[in-house]
Amino acid sequence: MANTDIKIKETLRSSELEPNFAEEITKHPGGEKLYLCYQCGSCAGGCPVGKITNSYKPRQIIRMALLGIKNEVLSSDSIWLCASCYTCQERCPQEVEIADLMLAIRNIAAKEGHAPKAFVEQATSLIENGRIPKITGLTQRRRTSLGLPELSPAPADVVKKIAAITGFEQLMEKLKEEAKK
Amino acid sequence: MNYALFFGCVIPTREPSYEASLRAVFKELGVDLIDLDKATCCAPIPIESLDFKTSLAIAAYNLSLAEEANINIMTICNGCFQVLSKANKTLKENETLRTDINKILAEVGREYKGTVDVVDYLQVLHNDVTPERIKENISKSLNKLRVAAFYGCHVLRPSSVLNFDNPEHPHILDDLIELTEAKSVQYMHKTKCCGGLLRGISDDLASKLARNKLFNISNSKADCIVTVCPFCFLQLDVGQLDVRRRFNETYNLPVFHYPELLGLAMGIDPEKLGLKTHRISTESVLKKIE
Ligand code: SF4
Ligand code: SF4
Repeated sequence: MANTDIKIKETLRSSELEPNFAEEITKHPGGEKLYLCYQCGSCAGGCPVGKITNSYKPRQIIRMALLGIKNEVLSSDSIWLCASCYTCQERCPQEVEIADLMLAIRNIAAKEGHAPKAFVEQATSLIENGRIPKITGLTQRRRTSLGLPELSPAPADVVKKIAAITGFEQLMEKLKEEAKK
Repeated sequence: MNYALFFGCVIPTREPSYEASLRAVFKELGVDLIDLDKATCCAPIPIESLDFKTSLAIAAYNLSLAEEANINIMTICNGCFQVLSKANKTLKENETLRTDINKILAEVGREYKGTVDVVDYLQVLHNDVTPERIKENISKSLNKLRVAAFYGCHVLRPSSVLNFDNPEHPHILDDLIELTEAKSVQYMHKTKCCGGLLRGISDDLASKLARNKLFNISNSKADCIVTVCPFCFLQLDVGQLDVRRRFNETYNLPVFHYPELLGLAMGIDPEKLGLKTHRISTESVLKKIE
């Protein structure tokens, strides 16, 4: 990923803000406690990713979400840099579920056409095979040599059907189209 | 004592030594493992990141398989443990979502009822099999070894969902390692993330996080690392080659899945445990415990 920093304007115009963004997040499981954040920064302080790059600042993303700076947040690569280690979630004094909240923001971003290629590829493989990694000849040879039975294909039809009902299959098609642009 | 074994998709396809050693060890300990033939991938965080409902429905489908067999699910991957536990808790507590998800599952001929629990295999070993029983099966002391316990994130956190151990100062894996008489060493930032989920998103950051873990572990003079999670294993085993390329640092730290270490202490042949499938040679450790 190339452009990871969130672009922040020096002056915010209220006409450019989307006040409904925060509420949209709170409707997602994991996003409910967004409004409780009082910006103490404990999340950022213990964040292993924040420690090694300036491109990821969980407290800042939460602040921007609260202010309604929607497009910048959703189109940034930064929201995909959370490693989902849940350290912040254990430590937040306000019990904001920060790691889950990032997942909620990503869900909204994906609907708007933003998602990293790696995740879309994994999802596509899951829909097609019922598993993310593929079974290869090497897999089967190594299994046999360790006395394990050959691995049978997973019931991909089940996953495919679920993905069709939830709109996931269509969402992945849309994201693949967006990536081509 | 029996459990439905949920081994996910990374272990059987990419880390068969984990599966082989776990099956061998559990057989010796007399725990019956029932395979869920119709299981799929658990739909982990990358899928949950794109659409939580799809992830929840797939997790619920897999939980329903164990419900039908009427036995609790035992996971051996941190990712599966966290995703299935979270889905189970959400669906047990949230009636609206449960109704929603069951409408989807009806289309594939299944129903989620909320009648089973999800446990990790370390809990099974620690709480059900018990340290005493495990000790009775140990025939070889690993007392010359210094081992770095590597929990990974998703067996510990979020603790409100997983209830596994103290989320920042855990001891279960250390205890299980010390049953072999090896020394479980302390090291800086022990419960910090390996960066596995950033692979493919930012390989640079993923490598940096893995490198920091290796650096802290090697400072503790550990002979090897013992992991629980297949993603941590990849980050630390084959990941060491990547770290060497990017940072010009060579650690040569062998990495073991916990059942491989226990298997060695139970006198199981290293060939059978599949140690040769690791990218970082385990020879130095095997020599030390000869
Ligand atoms: S730790 Fe919690 S309250 Fe503090 S800034 Fe982060 S989310 Fe907000
Ligand atoms: S869950 Fe994400 S934001 Fe929280 S500490 Fe871990 S990497 Fe940082």
